[in-house]
Amino acid sequence: MNASKPQINDADELGSIAIETQGLSQGQIVRKKFFRHKAAVISLGVLSALVVFVFSALDNKLFGFTIPGWWQFSHTDMPELNFDDCPFDSPGCPTLDAIPFLDGDGVMLGAHPFGQDDIGRDYFALVLKGTQRSLMVMVVIGIIAAFIGTVVGAVSGFFRGWIDAILMRLTDFIITIPSIIIGSVIGYHFGNLGALFLAFYLGLFAWTGLSRLIRGEFLTLREREFVDAARVAGASDRRIIFKHILPNAVGIIIVSVTLLMSGAILLETGLSYLGFGVVPPDVSLGLLVSTYQESFTIRPWLFWWPGVFIVTIALCVNFIGDGLRDAFDPRQAHKMSRKERKAAKAGVSVE
Amino acid sequence: MSEPILKVTDFSVDFWVDGKWYPAAIDMNFDVMAGKTLAIVGESGSGKSTTALGLMGLLPSNARVKGSIKVKGREMFGANAKQLRKYRGKEVAYIFQEPMTALNPVFTIGFQIVETLRNHFDMGPAAAKERAIELLNMVEIPNPEVSFNKYPHQLSGGQRQRAMIAQSISCDPGLLIADEPTTALDVTVQAEILDLMRGLRTRLNSAILLITHDMGVVADLADDILVMKDGLAVEMGKSEQIFSNPQHPYTQSLLASVPKLGQNLKREFDSSSKKDSILVLQDVTIEYPKRGRVPAFQAVKNFSLEIFPGEIVGLVGESGSGKTTVGRAAIGLLPIKSGKLQICDVDISRFNKKELVGIRRKTGIVFQDPYSSLNPRLPIGESIGEPLYLAGVAKGNELAKRVEELLEMVELPRSYRNRFPHELSGGQKQRVGIARALALTPELLVADEPTSALDVSVQARFLDLLQELQNKLKFACLFISHDLAVVDVLSHRIAVMQDGMLVEVGSKSDILENPKEVYTQRLISAVPVPDPHKQKIKREARLASLKK
Repeated sequence: MNASKPQINDADELGSIAIETQGLSQGQIVRKKFFRHKAAVISLGVLSALVVFVFSALDNKLFGFTIPGWWQFSHTDMPELNFDDCPFDSPGCPTLDAIPFLDGDGVMLGAHPFGQDDIGRDYFALVLKGTQRSLMVMVVIGIIAAFIGTVVGAVSGFFRGWIDAILMRLTDFIITIPSIIIGSVIGYHFGNLGALFLAFYLGLFAWTGLSRLIRGEFLTLREREFVDAARVAGASDRRIIFKHILPNAVGIIIVSVTLLMSGAILLETGLSYLGFGVVPPDVSLGLLVSTYQESFTIRPWLFWWPGVFIVTIALCVNFIGDGLRDAFDPRQAHKMSRKERKAAKAGVSVE
Repeated sequence: MSEPILKVTDFSVDFWVDGKWYPAAIDMNFDVMAGKTLAIVGESGSGKSTTALGLMGLLPSNARVKGSIKVKGREMFGANAKQLRKYRGKEVAYIFQEPMTALNPVFTIGFQIVETLRNHFDMGPAAAKERAIELLNMVEIPNPEVSFNKYPHQLSGGQRQRAMIAQSISCDPGLLIADEPTTALDVTVQAEILDLMRGLRTRLNSAILLITHDMGVVADLADDILVMKDGLAVEMGKSEQIFSNPQHPYTQSLLASVPKLGQNLKREFDSSSKKDSILVLQDVTIEYPKRGRVPAFQAVKNFSLEIFPGEIVGLVGESGSGKTTVGRAAIGLLPIKSGKLQICDVDISRFNKKELVGIRRKTGIVFQDPYSSLNPRLPIGESIGEPLYLAGVAKGNELAKRVEELLEMVELPRSYRNRFPHELSGGQKQRVGIARALALTPELLVADEPTSALDVSVQARFLDLLQELQNKLKFACLFISHDLAVVDVLSHRIAVMQDGMLVEVGSKSDILENPKEVYTQRLISAVPVPDPHKQKIKREARLASLKK
């Protein structure tokens, strides 16, 4: 990467000339196209707001320090059960009141906005803690799968031959086993080690689809003439892979990892629901849904709130992935919007 | 005088891109008479294809068309889909550039012709088949009854183009629009297709609107010429008049930049100072190994060639002749199966890694496709600097300085160092390709069709530049091209290849003026001359020699 350094040094020397020649880089083009995708931009906003909200609410332990959260309860606190104004005399109903003209006393959060569980734990804290876990699992699975998938795909696509044959047969083998079975075996053996370990082991099996995509991308890119040019220039295999091919495949990697992450969050939820994922006293969204599924009829909030968070996260990540795919795809020309088409017909130019 | 088949008045096309109208064709006015050919000539981006598509109503939804298009006196502008369907194919037929993509690969060519016939005429399947075979016969496809049931991939490029022409003329259209009909074809095939189109024009008395960038093709076929530049028709007139006495400066410069076969200065190479040759190929055979059920393919057989320091050797051949394979082997990108390959006194016949590293610093290559030969994620300064950096010649500021010198050498501004490939035009990218190939001042440069993707004026500038650099740096060069005229401009010696074998090699004058082999003669006689008179004489001579 030293080759890029002199340009930075030189930029100071040449000053204005360098600035003048800055054109749109590939990254800037991608960003511009991504920000045209409305659903993706909104999802990105919602997801970032959600992450900040979820992680700032509760106490976070970081390297022995505790960063206090703004919410009064933690997911382990057990305040007294609240029976006031509850339908069917069910204990621990939500105190959140967002729609003033229904019943209640106007807009307020109350002590337990999402209600309380059987033993009085604050459900707001529980759901937020569960969301933290689910997000963490999602990110860990994403990173590990991205790493293994990229390496396997790159190696087999670049070297081809027997290396490719072995790696792809291994991939085929893993693909034939349903992920829910792999997940439950892993959950059964390692579930008690905590959510992070579970995510780690799930990541070890989630890379297959990604590696195939990347292999395909490498197979086409390695035939491009700039790869030959690099070879003639004397570049080593390693340099060709990392400097020349991988940056060109980065679009497909980012897109498929994003989509893989939204799958990961559902996998974790499903496993926890089946009892093979995160185990108590740790919480996750899937675990909350499964624990309180029988209370759906009388205490639906115990079911709804984790559900809302799962759907929101999975949807947001999916939309972001869609937006990224459109942004990275050079064939995806900008379609005319209805407004633009109208303007085009009228022959007026809009800015 | 009779009514024109096609009358276009005040025809304009604009494209709507990012909230603005961009004009692609502005106020075009022209007529095409029955039995005549009008050629629209221009470089890429001049709007000639847009005009043709606009006439057919095939433009995308972000285009705006204005003006009047009259076919046999009937106004076609603003016609609805049903009317357009009737007029497409029947009145106006279109011949596309790339027959492989324009024909549907899952249907036989016979089926596709029958489909067109039955769409436009009340015709039974048997009658349609009979007519289709008749048409295939008319376009001189061998064994029309057998070819009727063939799929596009089973035919050669020339035969596919013939099949497409058969489909276009199936309804006796009054007007044929041919959009670069021979660009994807080899010269010998191109000559045959042009003969065919000329024959059809007289036999069917239809008008042809020919769209092309190749002045040789224009000289061969056109009666009238319309020259386009940036959407404007800059000049229009009779073919002879445009070629002999062009009025507009753009037409003049366009004609001047067309390389003409056999009219270049003799560049005899001084072989008296016989040094050791820089590239030696001796009985080289190159094989693509078998993959699965596909058997091994010998792309090059018993090929022998030597190049001396400072010499430019042109390697000519039609597509599939193995010339690119030779070029890639000559810089150690492909292993050879047998024979001897020596580059800069290093024997790399065994293709082992250590030996290859040795020759990397002494060789360079310029690739054919400027869009694929530069890494889209790297600024071009880095692409150019890579050989220098990897060879350990320069680093840091020194590397940046060397890169700027190289950019200056290929006549690009120094500031382009930070640009990305997609911000450059095709010609500029090819210059960057040269700068990268010459970064280490190699002793041997392989240029693999470096100008085939460029417009003629850009090509002329590129060839000048390459010649200048060669005079200055004195590298040996293997210049691969399908275009004899381009090779003629540059080389000292010419080698001709066919089907993986060397047909003939000799000095430029020997090959061009006095070719010994039949194939070479055929190749040279098929190249159209950008001059209607000379081309007519040449064409008749060629046909006479073929009859013999």
